[in-house]
Amino acid sequence: MRVEVRRRAEAIVLPVLGVAVVLVAFEVAPRVGILPRVTFPPLSESARALWDLVKTGDLWQPVLDTLDSWVRAMVIATLIGVPLGLAIGASRLGRLLTGLTIDFLRPIPSVALIPILVLVYGTSPTLKVTLAVFGATFPLVFQASYGMTDVDPVAKDTARAFGMGPFTRLWRIVLPSCAPYLATGLRISASIALILVVTGEYVVGLPGLGREVLIAQSSAAYDRMYALIIAAGLLGVALNLAFVAVERRVLFWHPSHREAAA
Amino acid sequence: MTVLDIDRVSKTYGVGADAFTAIDEISFTAEPGELLCIVGPSGCGKTTLLRCISGLMAPTSGVVHLDDRTVTAPPRAMAPVFQDYSRSLLPWMDIHHNVTLPLKAARVPRAERQALAGDALASVGLGAHGRKYPWQLSGGMQQRAAIARALAYQPEILLLDEPFASVDAQTRADLEDLLLQVWDRTHLTVLLVTHDIDEAVYLADRILVLSAAPTRVRKTITVDLPRPRDQIATKELPEFARLRASVFALIKAESSSARPEDASAE
Amino acid sequence: MTRSRLGRVALQLVLPVALVALWWWTSAGSTEVFFPPLSRIVDSLRDDWLFEQVGTDLVPSLTRFTIGYALAVGTGIALGVLIGLAPRVRRASLPVIEFLRSIPPPLMLPFVLVVIGIGDNSKIVLIVLGAVWPVLLNTIDGVRGVDPLMLDMARSFGLGRGTRIGRVVLPAASPKIVAGMRTALSIGLILMIISEMQASTNGLGFRVLSAQRSFDSAGTYAGVIVIGVVGLVVNFGFLVVEARIMRWHRGAQRVVEA
Repeated sequence: MRVEVRRRAEAIVLPVLGVAVVLVAFEVAPRVGILPRVTFPPLSESARALWDLVKTGDLWQPVLDTLDSWVRAMVIATLIGVPLGLAIGASRLGRLLTGLTIDFLRPIPSVALIPILVLVYGTSPTLKVTLAVFGATFPLVFQASYGMTDVDPVAKDTARAFGMGPFTRLWRIVLPSCAPYLATGLRISASIALILVVTGEYVVGLPGLGREVLIAQSSAAYDRMYALIIAAGLLGVALNLAFVAVERRVLFWHPSHREAAA
Repeated sequence: MTVLDIDRVSKTYGVGADAFTAIDEISFTAEPGELLCIVGPSGCGKTTLLRCISGLMAPTSGVVHLDDRTVTAPPRAMAPVFQDYSRSLLPWMDIHHNVTLPLKAARVPRAERQALAGDALASVGLGAHGRKYPWQLSGGMQQRAAIARALAYQPEILLLDEPFASVDAQTRADLEDLLLQVWDRTHLTVLLVTHDIDEAVYLADRILVLSAAPTRVRKTITVDLPRPRDQIATKELPEFARLRASVFALIKAESSSARPEDASAE
Repeated sequence: MTRSRLGRVALQLVLPVALVALWWWTSAGSTEVFFPPLSRIVDSLRDDWLFEQVGTDLVPSLTRFTIGYALAVGTGIALGVLIGLAPRVRRASLPVIEFLRSIPPPLMLPFVLVVIGIGDNSKIVLIVLGAVWPVLLNTIDGVRGVDPLMLDMARSFGLGRGTRIGRVVLPAASPKIVAGMRTALSIGLILMIISEMQASTNGLGFRVLSAQRSFDSAGTYAGVIVIGVVGLVVNFGFLVVEARIMRWHRGAQRVVEA
């Protein structure tokens, strides 16, 4: 009994303690001189700056700008990546044809494209979307492709034995089987897309959280700068949690999501 | 020769109302050079007992003695062979290195390590396979490698936890005979836990029959069958059948008296 | 036998070759700033990158990347083992780690620039701050997932703590660790380039950006191609090394699947 209570208490106390230690460390370090106070204000000051941003409503427009580009990028990346991945995964010919090309394009660090995109788009926000699409499509293509190759052949044969036509099989057997892979792909892509959108904003100066960070940095308003960086991190956490939650609800039936028998 | 004495060893998991006693005051002595088999119904604390004996787990009460020393941690004089060879042999090392690893940890000098490993592998018939990786070998060969690892360690006591449960019947017979050969040559004390009654009667000098949880020693049976044992000749003896039947009857009686909730603990 | 293999290689080349040909053809007479003729890009590659800028830009870039990556991997594995083996420390530190790794790595750049300044150190620190997380998290995961039976075996045979960690825990965790290192590779490259675009006087990122700023579009494309090739070579090199070191894992996996 006592052991169980202690375990449950630890599950709450330890994480809180860990967070508290780090918060205190970032509060004390600049005051004591471990971090330069001018360029790294104590955490409480950055927290206050974040609160100010929330109170005055100055936070929301940049967040919306960032999210707007992110949503567009995710939609386009999904519309391109998932069908492409499924098609590639479905046929050996598809994999052979595209394999080399994808292996060449994938390792290109997406940010390297920024100068070309600047030549093409100038300072149009579409730059962010294109950049994010480039980075976020690959994980979707991959995961969709893996998912296709991983479909249980026994399930497919069973379906065919029961007289299901090719489209029914696709809808009822193949796609549900791919679902966990697609879910993983979406989660990874979501994270990459956010990072690229914010990067585009920071490097090129396009409206959004990234540009706000740049502005704060250039005007030496460092508490505001860190506040915005924290906000970007929180946004990333929120999106990730959202995806995990939706995934859990939609994929409750899949073995990977079922509670293992105690 | 070392005497292994288990003195009123008990193990209880949990506290208060949720407490579960797996083993309850088990006492026995393994004579030096003896081959002792431990059998019991499913869910009795066979594995718990072995873990306490081997020093991996501390008993709740009672003591394990090696001569006059108390076992509190895995002693140098004991070597284990586990049932699941694919998880106890390290897949990133070849067989030879798997066998020499414990010796290296025991700071045995290189030349001696090589000799011990070579001899051990040869004695189990794997002399030519030292450079292979465990996953390149069949199940039977992997278990031989695990036995070789235990032998090279030069223990005085060999602890085997259902070592032949994961191989097919033919391989199991081969491995049983291999164990007998090795034991005959080395005169180690062997403690072998098994759920296979035929195997226990075939191999043992004595059989410890355990009860259902809370597990105690239900009966100690002396096996008087002549040595060397033979898979065909020994199993044709009427004495073999009689021993087998009496062990089986004991276990059956224990199984039917076992409460269902206890069946999951091991 | 050889004919079908040749056929397969040929099939794989069809798409890339076709795309390049298409590119050449559609860009041939182009006067658009953002779409220079491929022939001019090739010229730029030949003139600038063979081999003049290799020394002034490629080498410093790769040096910074290598140092940063090595530090990230070393720190990630060391910390990961410590945290992974101590359940209480793990439970305490995981929320913090998860938050820190959610900060878009390029946004660590302002922090690094402002606190450390311009120069090689800030770039290396940036690469570490971004690339350490996948290695750290994967190491923690891998260490936690070590088969308890293996640890029992190790203890039974008297293997000391150090030997257990070095000979059992780390190798057992290595598939996950290597996966983390692969992710860290891409992150490191991205951060190397970004840091050079923002605060540098040399390097691949700097070259590409200054080409763009001076509207040398052929030079811009050439620079991007070079970066792409670097990414390819680095990834390929990693795969080769990984294949060699993890040969045992693939062998063991194949048996499990059989």
